[in-house]
Amino acid sequence: MEHLKFDFAGAHAPQNFKAILVGVVGSGNLEVLMEPGADPAHCTISITTSARGFGPIWEAVAQNFHSQHQLAGVAISINDMGATPAVVSLRLDQAAASLSFTAGPAL
Amino acid sequence: MKLSFSELSARERVAHLLDAGSFTEILGPAERVVSPHLAQLGVPFSFDDGVVIGNGTLWGSKVLIAAQEGEFMGGGVGEVHGAKLVGILRRAVSTRPAAVLVLAESGGVRLHEANAGLIAVSEVMRALLDVRAAGIPVVMLIGGANGCFGGMGLIARCADHIVMSDAARMSMSGPEVIESSHGVEEYDSRDRSLVWRTTGGKHRFLMGDCDRLVEDDMGAFRAAAAALLGDSKALTLEGLLAEHAMLAKRIECFGDCHDALEIWQRLGVEHAEQVTDMESDQMQNLLSDNAMEAA
Repeated sequence: MEHLKFDFAGAHAPQNFKAILVGVVGSGNLEVLMEPGADPAHCTISITTSARGFGPIWEAVAQNFHSQHQLAGVAISINDMGATPAVVSLRLDQAAASLSFTAGPAL
Repeated sequence: MKLSFSELSARERVAHLLDAGSFTEILGPAERVVSPHLAQLGVPFSFDDGVVIGNGTLWGSKVLIAAQEGEFMGGGVGEVHGAKLVGILRRAVSTRPAAVLVLAESGGVRLHEANAGLIAVSEVMRALLDVRAAGIPVVMLIGGANGCFGGMGLIARCADHIVMSDAARMSMSGPEVIESSHGVEEYDSRDRSLVWRTTGGKHRFLMGDCDRLVEDDMGAFRAAAAALLGDSKALTLEGLLAEHAMLAKRIECFGDCHDALEIWQRLGVEHAEQVTDMESDQMQNLLSDNAMEAA
Protein backbone atom coordinates (compact mmCIF):
# COMPACT_ATOMS: atom_id res chain seq x y z
CA MET A 1 0.00 0.00 0.00
CA GLU A 2 1.08 3.55 -0.57
CA HIS A 3 -0.13 6.78 1.03
CA LEU A 4 -0.08 10.03 -0.93
CA LYS A 5 -1.22 13.51 0.02
CA PHE A 6 -1.74 16.59 -2.11
CA ASP A 7 -2.64 20.11 -1.02
CA PHE A 8 -3.89 22.82 -3.39
CA ALA A 9 -4.82 26.46 -2.80
CA GLY A 10 -8.35 26.83 -4.21
CA ALA A 11 -10.92 29.53 -4.89
CA HIS A 12 -14.40 27.97 -4.83
CA ALA A 13 -15.72 27.03 -1.40
CA PRO A 14 -18.93 25.00 -1.57
CA GLN A 15 -21.92 25.74 0.63
CA ASN A 16 -22.14 23.78 3.89
CA PHE A 17 -22.32 20.11 3.07
CA LYS A 18 -22.35 16.74 4.75
CA ALA A 19 -19.83 14.05 3.88
CA ILE A 20 -20.32 12.60 0.38
CA LEU A 21 -19.19 9.08 -0.51
CA VAL A 22 -19.04 7.80 -4.09
CA GLY A 23 -17.63 4.58 -5.49
CA VAL A 24 -16.71 1.29 -3.86
CA VAL A 25 -13.36 -0.24 -2.87
CA GLY A 26 -13.63 -3.04 -5.42
CA SER A 27 -11.20 -4.34 -8.00
CA GLY A 28 -10.30 -1.52 -10.41
CA ASN A 29 -12.48 0.86 -8.44
CA LEU A 30 -12.13 3.29 -5.54
CA GLU A 31 -14.16 5.21 -2.99
CA VAL A 32 -13.98 8.99 -2.71
CA LEU A 33 -15.05 10.61 0.55
CA MET A 34 -15.53 14.36 0.27
CA GLU A 35 -15.81 16.31 3.54
CA PRO A 36 -15.57 19.93 4.70
CA GLY A 37 -11.86 20.70 5.10
CA ALA A 38 -10.07 22.31 8.03
CA ASP A 39 -8.50 25.03 5.88
CA PRO A 40 -11.13 27.21 4.14
CA ALA A 41 -8.67 28.22 1.37
CA HIS A 42 -7.31 24.80 0.46
CA CYS A 43 -8.36 21.48 -1.02
CA THR A 44 -6.52 18.41 0.29
CA ILE A 45 -6.52 14.98 -1.31
CA SER A 46 -5.34 12.00 0.80
CA ILE A 47 -4.93 8.73 -1.02
CA THR A 48 -4.43 5.16 0.18
CA THR A 49 -3.79 2.89 -2.77
CA SER A 50 -3.06 -0.82 -3.19
CA ALA A 51 -0.75 -0.11 -6.15
CA ARG A 52 2.76 1.15 -5.36
CA GLY A 53 4.83 3.45 -7.55
CA PHE A 54 2.14 5.48 -9.30
CA GLY A 55 2.75 8.76 -7.40
CA PRO A 56 3.40 10.91 -10.51
CA ILE A 57 0.18 9.68 -12.17
CA TRP A 58 -1.86 10.37 -9.03
CA GLU A 59 -0.34 13.85 -8.90
CA ALA A 60 -1.30 14.51 -12.52
CA VAL A 61 -4.88 13.28 -11.96
CA ALA A 62 -5.20 15.33 -8.74
CA GLN A 63 -3.84 18.45 -10.44
CA ASN A 64 -6.14 17.98 -13.40
CA PHE A 65 -9.13 17.69 -11.05
CA HIS A 66 -8.06 20.75 -9.11
CA SER A 67 -7.46 22.85 -12.21
CA GLN A 68 -11.03 22.12 -13.31
CA HIS A 69 -12.83 22.62 -9.99
CA GLN A 70 -10.54 24.91 -7.90
CA LEU A 71 -12.24 23.66 -4.71
CA ALA A 72 -11.47 25.28 -1.34
CA GLY A 73 -12.44 24.20 2.17
CA VAL A 74 -12.73 20.60 1.02
CA ALA A 75 -10.92 17.48 2.26
CA ILE A 76 -10.96 14.48 -0.07
CA SER A 77 -10.00 10.99 1.13
CA ILE A 78 -9.56 8.10 -1.28
CA ASN A 79 -9.32 4.33 -0.77
CA ASP A 80 -8.15 2.82 -4.04
CA MET A 81 -7.96 -0.75 -5.28
CA GLY A 82 -6.13 -0.30 -8.56
CA ALA A 83 -8.48 2.07 -10.40
CA THR A 84 -7.25 3.48 -13.73
CA PRO A 85 -6.69 7.27 -13.96
CA ALA A 86 -9.91 7.66 -15.99
CA VAL A 87 -11.96 5.95 -13.27
CA VAL A 88 -10.31 8.10 -10.59
CA SER A 89 -11.18 11.28 -12.52
CA LEU A 90 -14.74 10.05 -13.01
CA ARG A 91 -15.24 9.40 -9.27
CA LEU A 92 -13.73 12.76 -8.29
CA ASP A 93 -16.04 14.56 -10.74
CA GLN A 94 -18.98 12.49 -9.46
CA ALA A 95 -18.30 13.62 -5.88
CA ALA A 96 -17.76 17.25 -6.93
CA ALA A 97 -21.07 17.19 -8.84
CA SER A 98 -22.95 16.76 -5.54
CA LEU A 99 -21.58 20.02 -4.14
CA SER A 100 -23.52 23.25 -4.51
CA PHE A 101 -22.14 26.75 -4.67
CA THR A 102 -23.56 30.22 -4.14
CA ALA A 103 -23.86 32.25 -7.32
CA GLY A 104 -20.43 33.17 -8.58
CA PRO A 105 -18.15 32.75 -11.54
CA ALA A 106 -19.00 29.68 -13.61
CA LEU A 107 -16.58 26.80 -13.16
CA MET B 1 -38.61 1.90 -15.38
CA LYS B 2 -36.96 -1.15 -13.86
CA LEU B 3 -33.88 -0.61 -11.76
CA SER B 4 -31.66 -3.66 -11.38
CA PHE B 5 -30.97 -4.62 -7.76
CA SER B 6 -27.88 -6.62 -8.74
CA GLU B 7 -26.24 -3.73 -10.59
CA LEU B 8 -26.53 -1.17 -7.77
CA SER B 9 -24.12 -0.58 -4.89
CA ALA B 10 -25.23 -1.33 -1.32
CA ARG B 11 -25.69 2.39 -0.69
CA GLU B 12 -27.83 2.83 -3.79
CA ARG B 13 -29.94 -0.22 -2.91
CA VAL B 14 -30.75 1.25 0.51
CA ALA B 15 -31.72 4.59 -1.05
CA HIS B 16 -34.08 2.92 -3.56
CA LEU B 17 -35.54 0.33 -1.20
CA LEU B 18 -36.66 2.76 1.51
CA ASP B 19 -39.03 5.73 1.19
CA ALA B 20 -37.17 8.48 -0.67
CA GLY B 21 -34.93 10.55 1.61
CA SER B 22 -35.94 8.65 4.77
CA PHE B 23 -32.61 6.88 5.40
CA THR B 24 -30.32 8.00 8.23
CA GLU B 25 -27.02 6.16 8.37
CA ILE B 26 -25.40 4.99 11.62
CA LEU B 27 -21.57 4.83 11.71
CA GLY B 28 -21.31 6.30 8.21
CA PRO B 29 -18.06 6.53 6.25
CA ALA B 30 -17.05 9.89 7.74
CA GLU B 31 -16.81 8.22 11.19
CA ARG B 32 -14.03 6.03 9.81
CA VAL B 33 -14.74 2.95 11.87
CA VAL B 34 -12.56 0.77 9.66
CA SER B 35 -11.05 -2.70 9.82
CA PRO B 36 -7.98 -2.83 12.06
CA HIS B 37 -6.84 -6.04 10.32
CA LEU B 38 -6.71 -5.05 6.67
CA ALA B 39 -4.25 -2.17 7.15
CA GLN B 40 -1.89 -4.52 9.03
CA LEU B 41 -1.96 -6.86 6.04
CA GLY B 42 -1.36 -4.03 3.57
CA VAL B 43 -4.81 -4.42 2.01
CA PRO B 44 -7.00 -1.37 1.27
CA PHE B 45 -9.85 -0.85 3.72
CA SER B 46 -13.19 0.84 3.19
CA PHE B 47 -14.55 3.71 5.30
CA ASP B 48 -17.75 1.77 6.03
CA ASP B 49 -16.09 -1.69 6.17
CA GLY B 50 -18.39 -2.84 3.38
CA VAL B 51 -21.71 -2.53 5.17
CA VAL B 52 -24.25 0.29 5.38
CA ILE B 53 -26.53 0.34 8.46
CA GLY B 54 -29.19 2.75 9.66
CA ASN B 55 -32.86 3.52 10.00
CA GLY B 56 -35.58 4.77 7.71
CA THR B 57 -39.15 4.13 6.63
CA LEU B 58 -40.76 1.71 4.19
CA TRP B 59 -44.27 2.64 3.09
CA GLY B 60 -44.31 4.90 6.16
CA SER B 61 -43.34 2.20 8.68
CA LYS B 62 -40.14 2.49 10.69
CA VAL B 63 -37.52 -0.09 9.78
CA LEU B 64 -33.88 -0.77 10.50
CA ILE B 65 -31.72 -1.78 7.56
CA ALA B 66 -28.30 -3.21 6.75
CA ALA B 67 -26.80 -3.63 3.28
CA GLN B 68 -23.59 -5.48 2.44
CA GLU B 69 -21.37 -4.23 -0.39
CA GLY B 70 -20.51 -7.25 -2.51
CA GLU B 71 -17.81 -5.43 -4.46
CA PHE B 72 -15.70 -4.82 -1.34
CA MET B 73 -13.94 -8.05 -0.32
CA GLY B 74 -16.84 -10.04 -1.79
CA GLY B 75 -19.07 -8.75 1.01
CA GLY B 76 -16.92 -10.71 3.47
CA VAL B 77 -17.82 -10.42 7.14
CA GLY B 78 -14.91 -8.96 9.11
CA GLU B 79 -14.78 -7.84 12.72
CA VAL B 80 -16.13 -4.30 12.24
CA HIS B 81 -18.55 -5.36 9.50
CA GLY B 82 -19.97 -8.04 11.79
CA ALA B 83 -20.14 -5.68 14.76
CA LYS B 84 -22.19 -3.23 12.69
CA LEU B 85 -24.66 -6.00 11.82
CA VAL B 86 -24.86 -7.05 15.48
CA GLY B 87 -25.37 -3.42 16.51
CA ILE B 88 -28.28 -2.78 14.16
CA LEU B 89 -29.96 -6.04 15.27
CA ARG B 90 -29.56 -5.22 18.97
CA ARG B 91 -30.95 -1.77 18.32
CA ALA B 92 -34.10 -3.42 16.93
CA VAL B 93 -34.83 -5.09 20.27
CA SER B 94 -34.98 -1.70 22.01
CA THR B 95 -36.51 0.46 19.23
CA ARG B 96 -39.00 -2.16 17.92
CA PRO B 97 -39.18 -1.33 14.19
CA ALA B 98 -41.72 -2.99 11.86
CA ALA B 99 -38.85 -5.13 10.53
CA VAL B 100 -35.09 -5.41 10.20
CA LEU B 101 -34.21 -5.60 6.50
CA VAL B 102 -30.86 -7.19 5.61
CA LEU B 103 -29.69 -6.76 2.02
CA ALA B 104 -27.21 -9.63 2.11
CA GLU B 105 -24.47 -10.06 -0.48
CA SER B 106 -21.52 -11.97 0.92
CA GLY B 107 -19.18 -14.88 0.34
CA GLY B 108 -19.15 -15.41 4.12
CA VAL B 109 -16.33 -14.79 6.56
CA ARG B 110 -13.67 -12.36 5.34
CA LEU B 111 -10.67 -14.67 5.18
CA HIS B 112 -8.20 -11.90 6.10
CA GLU B 113 -9.87 -11.66 9.51
CA ALA B 114 -10.47 -15.38 9.93
CA ASN B 115 -11.16 -15.87 13.64
CA ALA B 116 -12.62 -12.41 14.23
CA GLY B 117 -14.91 -12.96 11.24
CA LEU B 118 -16.04 -16.39 12.44
CA ILE B 119 -16.85 -15.01 15.88
CA ALA B 120 -18.68 -12.10 14.23
CA VAL B 121 -20.89 -14.50 12.25
CA SER B 122 -21.91 -16.37 15.40
CA GLU B 123 -22.61 -13.07 17.16
CA VAL B 124 -24.80 -11.93 14.28
CA MET B 125 -26.78 -15.20 14.51
CA ARG B 126 -27.29 -14.76 18.24
CA ALA B 127 -28.39 -11.13 17.80
CA LEU B 128 -30.73 -12.09 14.95
CA LEU B 129 -32.42 -14.78 17.03
CA ASP B 130 -32.85 -12.27 19.87
CA VAL B 131 -34.68 -9.96 17.45
CA ARG B 132 -36.94 -12.82 16.36
CA ALA B 133 -37.57 -13.81 19.97
CA ALA B 134 -38.73 -10.24 20.57
CA GLY B 135 -41.37 -10.74 17.85
CA ILE B 136 -39.73 -8.45 15.29
CA PRO B 137 -39.36 -9.93 11.80
CA VAL B 138 -35.94 -10.12 10.14
CA VAL B 139 -36.21 -10.11 6.35
CA MET B 140 -33.27 -11.08 4.12
CA LEU B 141 -33.24 -9.53 0.65
CA ILE B 142 -30.78 -11.39 -1.58
CA GLY B 143 -30.29 -10.05 -5.08
CA GLY B 144 -26.58 -9.42 -5.59
CA ALA B 145 -24.47 -11.28 -8.15
CA ASN B 146 -22.14 -12.61 -5.43
CA GLY B 147 -25.08 -14.29 -3.73
CA CYS B 148 -25.14 -15.22 -0.06
CA PHE B 149 -22.72 -17.96 1.01
CA GLY B 150 -20.80 -19.37 3.94
CA GLY B 151 -21.60 -17.90 7.33
CA MET B 152 -23.89 -15.34 5.72
CA GLY B 153 -25.92 -18.15 4.13
CA LEU B 154 -26.36 -19.65 7.60
CA ILE B 155 -27.41 -16.26 8.97
CA ALA B 156 -29.92 -15.83 6.14
CA ARG B 157 -31.62 -19.13 6.98
CA CYS B 158 -32.00 -17.98 10.62
CA ALA B 159 -34.24 -15.11 9.49
CA ASP B 160 -38.07 -15.04 9.35
CA HIS B 161 -38.24 -14.48 5.60
CA ILE B 162 -35.97 -14.60 2.55
CA VAL B 163 -36.71 -12.73 -0.66
CA MET B 164 -34.50 -13.65 -3.63
CA SER B 165 -34.15 -12.93 -7.30
CA ASP B 166 -32.75 -15.47 -9.72
CA ALA B 167 -29.76 -13.18 -10.28
CA ALA B 168 -28.74 -14.27 -6.76
CA ARG B 169 -27.68 -17.54 -5.23
CA MET B 170 -27.72 -18.84 -1.67
CA SER B 171 -25.87 -21.77 -0.15
CA MET B 172 -23.25 -22.80 2.38
CA SER B 173 -20.12 -23.72 0.40
CA GLY B 174 -19.54 -21.85 -2.85
CA PRO B 175 -19.06 -23.70 -6.15
CA GLU B 176 -15.25 -23.40 -6.18
CA VAL B 177 -15.05 -24.77 -2.64
CA ILE B 178 -17.17 -27.81 -3.54
CA GLU B 179 -15.18 -28.47 -6.70
CA SER B 180 -11.83 -28.26 -4.92
CA SER B 181 -12.91 -30.65 -2.15
CA HIS B 182 -15.00 -33.14 -4.19
CA GLY B 183 -13.59 -32.86 -7.70
CA VAL B 184 -14.82 -31.43 -10.99
CA GLU B 185 -16.84 -34.56 -11.81
CA GLU B 186 -18.92 -33.98 -8.69
CA TYR B 187 -19.40 -30.27 -9.31
CA ASP B 188 -18.05 -28.12 -12.15
CA SER B 189 -17.85 -24.61 -10.72
CA ARG B 190 -17.44 -23.13 -14.22
CA ASP B 191 -20.77 -24.56 -15.38
CA ARG B 192 -22.90 -21.47 -14.74
CA SER B 193 -26.14 -23.22 -15.59
CA LEU B 194 -25.37 -26.03 -13.12
CA VAL B 195 -24.37 -23.55 -10.40
CA TRP B 196 -27.60 -21.57 -10.83
CA ARG B 197 -29.75 -24.72 -11.01
CA THR B 198 -28.24 -25.84 -7.70
CA THR B 199 -28.08 -22.59 -5.72
CA GLY B 200 -30.03 -19.91 -7.67
CA GLY B 201 -33.19 -18.16 -6.52
CA LYS B 202 -35.53 -20.37 -8.57
CA HIS B 203 -34.23 -23.60 -7.02
CA ARG B 204 -34.33 -22.07 -3.55
CA PHE B 205 -37.93 -21.01 -4.16
CA LEU B 206 -39.02 -24.45 -5.39
CA MET B 207 -37.33 -26.07 -2.37
CA GLY B 208 -38.99 -23.64 0.04
CA ASP B 209 -35.66 -22.17 1.18
CA CYS B 210 -36.78 -18.68 0.18
CA ASP B 211 -40.38 -17.61 0.52
CA ARG B 212 -40.54 -14.91 -2.16
CA LEU B 213 -39.05 -15.00 -5.64
CA VAL B 214 -38.95 -11.63 -7.41
CA GLU B 215 -37.45 -10.13 -10.56
CA ASP B 216 -34.08 -8.38 -10.39
CA ASP B 217 -35.81 -5.04 -9.82
CA MET B 218 -35.65 -2.60 -6.89
CA GLY B 219 -39.42 -1.97 -7.07
CA ALA B 220 -40.14 -5.70 -6.79
CA PHE B 221 -37.83 -6.08 -3.77
CA ARG B 222 -39.39 -2.99 -2.17
CA ALA B 223 -42.92 -4.32 -2.61
CA ALA B 224 -41.93 -7.78 -1.30
CA ALA B 225 -40.24 -6.27 1.78
CA ALA B 226 -43.21 -3.99 2.47
CA ALA B 227 -45.60 -6.97 2.34
CA LEU B 228 -43.56 -8.69 5.07
CA LEU B 229 -43.49 -5.79 7.57
CA GLY B 230 -44.66 -6.93 10.99
CA ASP B 231 -44.91 -10.54 9.72
CA SER B 232 -42.99 -12.33 12.48
CA LYS B 233 -42.71 -16.13 12.57
CA ALA B 234 -42.76 -17.75 15.98
CA LEU B 235 -39.36 -18.99 17.11
CA THR B 236 -40.08 -22.23 18.96
CA LEU B 237 -38.48 -25.58 19.71
CA GLU B 238 -41.35 -27.28 17.85
CA GLY B 239 -40.62 -25.16 14.80
CA LEU B 240 -36.94 -26.07 14.92
CA LEU B 241 -37.69 -29.80 15.26
CA ALA B 242 -40.14 -29.57 12.35
CA GLU B 243 -37.40 -27.95 10.26
CA HIS B 244 -34.97 -30.75 11.14
CA ALA B 245 -37.59 -33.33 10.16
CA MET B 246 -38.18 -31.50 6.85
CA LEU B 247 -34.43 -31.51 6.09
CA ALA B 248 -34.17 -35.24 6.87
CA LYS B 249 -37.14 -35.90 4.61
CA ARG B 250 -35.49 -33.87 1.87
CA ILE B 251 -32.53 -36.25 1.83
CA GLU B 252 -34.92 -39.21 1.89
CA CYS B 253 -36.92 -37.85 -1.05
CA PHE B 254 -34.15 -36.45 -3.21
CA GLY B 255 -30.89 -37.97 -1.94
CA ASP B 256 -30.43 -40.05 -5.10
CA CYS B 257 -31.01 -37.15 -7.53
CA HIS B 258 -28.02 -36.08 -9.62
CA ASP B 259 -29.32 -32.71 -10.73
CA ALA B 260 -31.76 -30.07 -9.53
CA LEU B 261 -33.84 -30.78 -12.64
CA GLU B 262 -34.58 -34.29 -11.32
CA ILE B 263 -35.69 -32.77 -8.01
CA TRP B 264 -38.07 -30.38 -9.75
CA GLN B 265 -39.53 -33.25 -11.79
CA ARG B 266 -39.97 -35.35 -8.67
CA LEU B 267 -41.69 -32.38 -6.99
CA GLY B 268 -44.25 -32.54 -9.79
CA VAL B 269 -43.24 -29.35 -11.61
CA GLU B 270 -44.74 -29.53 -15.10
CA HIS B 271 -42.27 -28.75 -17.89
CA ALA B 272 -39.48 -28.67 -15.31
CA GLU B 273 -36.94 -28.27 -18.12
CA GLN B 274 -38.43 -24.81 -18.83
CA VAL B 275 -37.96 -23.50 -15.27
CA THR B 276 -34.61 -21.85 -16.05
CA ASP B 277 -36.30 -19.71 -18.75
CA MET B 278 -39.33 -18.69 -16.68
CA GLU B 279 -40.05 -15.22 -15.29
CA SER B 280 -40.52 -15.04 -11.53
CA ASP B 281 -44.31 -14.52 -11.80
CA GLN B 282 -44.62 -17.73 -13.84
CA MET B 283 -42.91 -19.55 -10.96
CA GLN B 284 -45.44 -18.67 -8.26
CA ASN B 285 -47.95 -21.55 -8.65
CA LEU B 286 -45.78 -24.38 -9.94
CA LEU B 287 -46.04 -26.43 -6.77
CA SER B 288 -48.95 -27.81 -4.83
CA ASP B 289 -48.83 -27.16 -1.08
CA ASN B 290 -47.81 -30.71 -0.29
CA ALA B 291 -45.37 -31.27 -3.13
CA MET B 292 -42.79 -32.95 -0.92
CA GLU B 293 -45.42 -35.23 0.59
CA ALA B 294 -46.33 -36.29 -2.93
CA ALA B 295 -42.68 -36.83 -3.83
